[in-house]
Amino acid sequence: MLKRFKIFTAITVLTMVFLTNTNADEKYTANECFEKFSRGTLKFNQALDKAIFKPIAKGYRVLPQPIRTGTNNFVSNLRSLLSFSNNVLQGDLRSAGNTAGRFAINTTVGILGVFDPASKMGFEKKSREDFGQTLGVWGADTGCYFVLPILGPTTTRDAVGLIGNVFVDPVYHLTHNSETDIVVGNENLSEHNYYYYRGTDAVDFRSKNIESFESLEENSIDFYASLKSLYLQNRQQRILNSPISNKDSNDSDWEEIDNQ
Amino acid sequence: MKRIFISFLIFFAGSLFIQTKGISYSSNPESFISEVIEEAKVILSSSSSSDEKASKLSEIALKTVDVKGLAYYTLGKKRKEITPEELKKYESLFEKYFLKSFTSRLTDYSDPKINVLSSDVVNEKYTIVKTMLLKTDKRPEVKIDWRVYTKDPNNPLIRDLIIEGLSLARTQKEEFASVLNTNNNDINALFSTLERFIEK
Repeated sequence: MLKRFKIFTAITVLTMVFLTNTNADEKYTANECFEKFSRGTLKFNQALDKAIFKPIAKGYRVLPQPIRTGTNNFVSNLRSLLSFSNNVLQGDLRSAGNTAGRFAINTTVGILGVFDPASKMGFEKKSREDFGQTLGVWGADTGCYFVLPILGPTTTRDAVGLIGNVFVDPVYHLTHNSETDIVVGNENLSEHNYYYYRGTDAVDFRSKNIESFESLEENSIDFYASLKSLYLQNRQQRILNSPISNKDSNDSDWEEIDNQ
Repeated sequence: MKRIFISFLIFFAGSLFIQTKGISYSSNPESFISEVIEEAKVILSSSSSSDEKASKLSEIALKTVDVKGLAYYTLGKKRKEITPEELKKYESLFEKYFLKSFTSRLTDYSDPKINVLSSDVVNEKYTIVKTMLLKTDKRPEVKIDWRVYTKDPNNPLIRDLIIEGLSLARTQKEEFASVLNTNNNDINALFSTLERFIEK
């Protein structure tokens, strides 16, 4: 456990050293790390998606709506534990309280998270948090952009965040720790459970975006660039916890056109 | 005879005006978006063919979207480097590209249910109108913010759609920049790419 903590600290410190830039504009933009490789990887991912993930997502969508809603609630409830850790790490104690309240209510009254009574009780469902966002909140720059096989678009900061998630995700520790002398860990939960849960979450997400992905592929003149733009915009608003539309980030570009 | 002539003139001028201007929209951004949505809904839920729907939606888009402004924004700084002839060619290609892309995205929705929620006046030039595309069996509800340009208060124009916080105009701009970057910043490469898309 101590060894893991040391690795986690080392990764975090190195990220902050190499990715911290004083230029605020660069915080949400990203140059390419290795574009040719990333474009190739995206094509590979698209082929894989067409052959495996999309058919599974379509099959999943055949299930009755209440089953899909229950599944989504269940995995979202487990996923909220990772959000909770990151709420705390970001110093956002208000959101941490909300997330903890939701988890407690939905796990008990909501029967292991299958139902979502917390929303009806005033505990708002907020966007997910991860360690990449936490690094962003702490001031780390985006780094460069690339595409990972299977996992898809990412940046240097978010790739570090993916590793960091493992250290701060209570579900990961519950399923990967069978030692009996530690606080977390349950020998009845195997590692497989963690991957079932993550896999189900991915299928649920993909099933909700079948048409939008198709439309994006169909209507892009450069699908790779579209995906990159959407990914970076999404990460920006998640780090800021605020929609881009309220920040007027594009006003200077429009201003120039208006004054022509 | 003179009266008949004047009546005919008034009727002719009136018809011409209606043909040119078509339906006039409200100057209030929230009502303007409501009207645009209602008009699009009628077309999308009609039994017309896809081509007919696309044609009618294009008419609405040309009246309600600042296509020229969007074209300039999307081209970014490159618009200052190209010749007036190239800019003219670009404007024409962009309009065709935009209408095809816009109508293609919309015709996927046969009976969209969109609620107009509220609006935020950002400044005298912009108002953000917030709407919600209601969920169906196939997809969750989607937040859509309409960035309405209100510099001419009597003629509001749509400049961007922000879907779940993601700006379509910005995405398009970065896409165009990528096409230019991967082709030595050659505007002709962008023209070819747009032509291929239009002919697709």
